[in-house]
Amino acid sequence: MIKIENLVKAFGPKLAVNDVSFTVERGEVLGFLGPNGAGKSTTMRMVTGFIPPTSGKITVGGHDVAEEPLAAKRLIGYLPENAPGYADMTVHGFLNFMAELRGLKGGARKQAVNRVVELCFLENVLYQTIDTLSKGYKHRTCLAQSLIHDPGILVMDEPTDGLDPNQKHEVRNLIKHMGASKAIVFSTHILEEVEAACSRVIIIDRGRIVANGTPQELKARSPEGRLEDVFRAITLPDTVKEH
Amino acid sequence: MNAWTNIKAIVKRELGGYFTSPIAYVFLVIFLLLTGFFTFTVGNFFERGEASLVSFFTWHPWLYLFLVPAVGMRLWSEERRLGTIELLLTMPVTTWQAIVGKFLASWLFLALALALTFPVVITVNWLGDPDNGVIAAGYVGSLLLAGAYLAVSCMTSAMTRNQVISFIVSVVILLFLILAGFTPVTDLLSRFANPRVVEVVAAFSVMTHFEGFQRGVLDLRDFIFFASVMGFALFATGVIIRGHRAG
Repeated sequence: MIKIENLVKAFGPKLAVNDVSFTVERGEVLGFLGPNGAGKSTTMRMVTGFIPPTSGKITVGGHDVAEEPLAAKRLIGYLPENAPGYADMTVHGFLNFMAELRGLKGGARKQAVNRVVELCFLENVLYQTIDTLSKGYKHRTCLAQSLIHDPGILVMDEPTDGLDPNQKHEVRNLIKHMGASKAIVFSTHILEEVEAACSRVIIIDRGRIVANGTPQELKARSPEGRLEDVFRAITLPDTVKEH
Repeated sequence: MNAWTNIKAIVKRELGGYFTSPIAYVFLVIFLLLTGFFTFTVGNFFERGEASLVSFFTWHPWLYLFLVPAVGMRLWSEERRLGTIELLLTMPVTTWQAIVGKFLASWLFLALALALTFPVVITVNWLGDPDNGVIAAGYVGSLLLAGAYLAVSCMTSAMTRNQVISFIVSVVILLFLILAGFTPVTDLLSRFANPRVVEVVAAFSVMTHFEGFQRGVLDLRDFIFFASVMGFALFATGVIIRGHRAG
């Protein structure tokens, strides 16, 4: 569903993403791991068509993101980092607006909004404006927005950031459950999350892919069988060098 | 079809945004108070002894100078500050649809503000026998003037996530567009510059092109002027937004 070939993004002289290639198929949940500033968000922003790549090619559901951006965007549900939302809108108004932009009309729109409200437990705050929501609710509102058109592809930038342990658990289960029928990419730096929800892991560091495999394969690289050790072994030398 | 549905959705949201916050009401009250004050007190509406709205329209370029950027400053800077621009532009919506939708929503809002000045029209018709054709032309001109200002504010708001900066830059650009054709300035210029040069400079001013409408003259060139200011500023908005995304 998502195919990325030799993706490069330069901000001035700095290469934020440096020759990244991978594919994600339907039924796969890909965990995107890496230290802060490794290029996770930049890669996701390119996949969703928010920023253009410097070079390389991204195909989403058979559509080239650079050439047919609208066709590609229709297939994707996107949860950006920090879960933005229009502060002055109510949750209901916001979801309705997003559904409208997704081309949903009348009864279908109502149904779609009701479905995601239930899925993300938003009944209690439906008519509250977004700026009055707690972080957890704000996050779930944005998550609901990404699911509103029941997309075949989900791109989520730190979907569990700022949630309490129960909410984290729910979101993880939701991702796992949806992973059966969708292609999902999500970024995180919580390692347990990867083990709980992912069928495959990519570790990215300073713009490059440094590991790609199932959680089990990666764990096997460490003598104690812990993902954390592997992550540190791969990414730590660079972090130390930077300081 | 599809483009229009998207634009309509964005227009609806933006307009709703004005009215769910106090912005709309504060703006409308201030706008109406100021137009009243300038028309009747500063503009000597009654002492003029003529049945026309000259003293009403003549202040619009100056009034809009501060009020229109106040309406336009949030259009894109707010999206960038909240991060919602990332949501909006990853929807199946083109940048153009988003720009046009936001612009139309604010323009409609300004049109509403302008429409609420209808009591002056009633007053002048009740007191005398004005040429309502001239008044209608004045309203058309004023609406175009507001649109041109708004497009410039839209552009400056795309430049920054800070609304204050957006407001100030917009006021400065608009002030230039006014002063280039403001009579005291053109008089001063013509003392040492070639009259041809003065004419060219003045041709870039909104004052020069708004004047005709106030006298009831609908000149195609004035329409083209305002349309091209809007077209240019909105195009520049698109370029700026693209530039940010390209990094």
